[in-house]
Amino acid sequence: MHKGYLTGPVLGALWLVVIATTAAITLSFSTGAAFRPQVLLCLIWGAIAGLVYVRFPMRRAPARLGISALLGLSGLTGFGPVLIGADTSVQAVLVTVVVMAVVMHPSLAAILKETPFAALTRHEFEDAVIRFCTGFGYIFFTAIVVIPFYVMVMTSLKSQQALLQNPLDFSVDLNQGAALFRSYTELFRDFNFGTYLWTSFFVSVVTVAITLAFSVPGAYAVARFRFQGQKAFSRSILLIYMVPMIVLALPIYIAFSVTGLRNSILGIVMIYPVTTIPVALYMLQGYFRGLPTEVEEAGLMDGLSRLAVIWKITLPLSLPALASVSLYVFMIAWNEFLLAFMLLDDPSKFTLTRGVTMLNSSEIPRQHLMAGAVIATVPIMALFLGLERFMTKGLTAGSVKG
Amino acid sequence: MSSATPPTATGALAKREARLAWALLAPTVISVSLVVILPLLAIIWISFKPFTLSDLRPPAPIVRESLRGSGDDMRIEYRLRNSSQEIAIDGVSFSDVLPDGVTVGEVTAPCVLDGQQLLCDFGTLEGGQRERIRIPITVDGDLDAFEDLVENSEPDVTGSGPNVLTNLDFSLENFARVFDGSEFWGVLWVTLFYTVFGTIGALVMGLFAALLLNKSFRGQGIIRGLYLFPYVAPVIAVAFTWVTLFDPFSGSANALLVQMGISSEPINFFGERPLALIMVTVFEIWRYFPLSFLFILARMQSIDSSMYEAADMDGASPFQKFWLLSIPQLLGILSVLFLLRFIWTFNKFDDIFLLTGGNAGTRTLTVNVYEQAFAISNIGAGAAVAVVILICLIAFSFVFFRFISREEGL
Repeated sequence: MHKGYLTGPVLGALWLVVIATTAAITLSFSTGAAFRPQVLLCLIWGAIAGLVYVRFPMRRAPARLGISALLGLSGLTGFGPVLIGADTSVQAVLVTVVVMAVVMHPSLAAILKETPFAALTRHEFEDAVIRFCTGFGYIFFTAIVVIPFYVMVMTSLKSQQALLQNPLDFSVDLNQGAALFRSYTELFRDFNFGTYLWTSFFVSVVTVAITLAFSVPGAYAVARFRFQGQKAFSRSILLIYMVPMIVLALPIYIAFSVTGLRNSILGIVMIYPVTTIPVALYMLQGYFRGLPTEVEEAGLMDGLSRLAVIWKITLPLSLPALASVSLYVFMIAWNEFLLAFMLLDDPSKFTLTRGVTMLNSSEIPRQHLMAGAVIATVPIMALFLGLERFMTKGLTAGSVKG
Repeated sequence: MSSATPPTATGALAKREARLAWALLAPTVISVSLVVILPLLAIIWISFKPFTLSDLRPPAPIVRESLRGSGDDMRIEYRLRNSSQEIAIDGVSFSDVLPDGVTVGEVTAPCVLDGQQLLCDFGTLEGGQRERIRIPITVDGDLDAFEDLVENSEPDVTGSGPNVLTNLDFSLENFARVFDGSEFWGVLWVTLFYTVFGTIGALVMGLFAALLLNKSFRGQGIIRGLYLFPYVAPVIAVAFTWVTLFDPFSGSANALLVQMGISSEPINFFGERPLALIMVTVFEIWRYFPLSFLFILARMQSIDSSMYEAADMDGASPFQKFWLLSIPQLLGILSVLFLLRFIWTFNKFDDIFLLTGGNAGTRTLTVNVYEQAFAISNIGAGAAVAVVILICLIAFSFVFFRFISREEGL
């Protein structure tokens, strides 16, 4: 296996399968026309290309460019790596040809760089394999993450009819202008989504506020003071982390039914913080431990009380951590589904997640459901992308929970 | 001079500190125990009781009061019924104050009239039993005003049925039902499959993604953010998207498979027996690989690079560096992540519930709690399943704490 004339063709063949599949899926999803990767032909074409790329090590050797161009052009016949359906538009065919050639050349050149034709050292062989895996990994992960979100957004813009006619055709007719967003306007007009959006926002913000009010003093105590039962306390916090929500939801449902708190925003606002306090406390105490005690001791020496020290020294120092925790708690509250689903029945009091669940019925068209999903996703994504740094930190610090 | 020893007794300062600590912790402790400890005890209590959804409203006597008749033949009518069809209510009686300006005719048993105070005692009211009391009256004055007066004054009712929740009858019936038959073992097997493969899959994918991003290049931050999308997006949004994507009739994934010639006809991904379980496991992996990825990446970036330099000097190949350096360094975080994710996947409810509703062989223990309690309306049986889950969790957390005390970090 450690021979360039073996490694090259094998990697080339596999790589062409990857590229052809990616191109076929991408083009299918964007045009709705028929594209099919031909695995056997891919393997043959790729093996030839791999051999050529190993044999001619010059970066822009004519043989390399030639085989890539040939490989792209072969798409016009029935013997290319990608089989193009008969009724595909000329532009799509041209795009396929060009993309196959243009992508294949630099990517294969990168994978097989410094790979000699004859015997390979262990390093050269493994590096080539790693480069292949890296390329595959990027394509694979990007595809699995992007495709569902792409489908979600595009479905919400289509009509039920068009969707059933060709589920692959996600091309959007931009000429229809505002009518493109009719699912969204209908959700906001007929399904109260404006109210749900506001309720969700309100509930999440209140949850963040209550969680911080409870967990900041608690976390400080755990991090700074020595007292009996400290270890047991930290452990039970972690333990509470592990109790499944559905187990708690059952008695909470009973208690709320009996006391009449079910179906009220007050009930939701009472219950959400309790699910987030342990997480927040756990995250914050880790951060507080990392703060230097000297600053606080200086404050104490200057005559501040403990509480004043927390308020005037510790909290300002831990603003980044507070931001992370707030974002994380906001995310949990915004995305929460189970409790909202069980405790809210009255459509005027729904949170956004509960509202979207309501859309999952056979009487309501699919694009409404997807539009609801987009409405629920966009705010949290915007927040996430805007404050990615804090969010990532918060996730690493506390989100052993899922 | 005696040698100096640190003070062993708790001094005043330490005491004050401890007091302040508990004062700061009190709100958390109280609220958490109200919403976590209390429900946990409640669920254990309920699991030993034959408690169904309809028992949430205990049987109660209901009285309706109305004015009937006309002219000389006027009467106040009380209609009493038991809200439950099966369960008897003890000590049922009601009393009502009749308005002024009314002359009451003959009052029959079980009612007695004391001045203007009417008292009717029924004793025990059987399930579904109805009673009608007619009190003949004559009214002087405005009839309409009087009718309002009668119908707006609520009689006081006493009597309560047995409350299943608070009495001291216990039975093992719920557990017998839960463990009965092959269903339970099926559920347990599904749970184990989902948990084990979901956890390992997410870990392996996370490791792969972390290896990809463990170098700095332009756009690394963007890709890292992108790979976190599945975890950050609301579960309802992504779950419904998957359902739409894999729909047998209008799903794009099926259309793609048919078009590519991989499958000749649409596949019902979330509706067929072994496939649905695999699909929910794949969803779990897809949704939670970002978490493992994030943790593993954070650990990788803290590995001392001089070790790799030394390995390079010794001529180690890339694979050797991975297996002999990276993996041992990551073993700690990998095993902690495995344990935590194992517990959390075991607890997962939302995902499967939204994707399949627990149908087509995807019913895990947590979904079973919901199914028993709400689909079959047997809260007691649901609670029994919940207790089984709790026992498993106690076992897991025992392992976890044995382990975590050795593994620092998390």
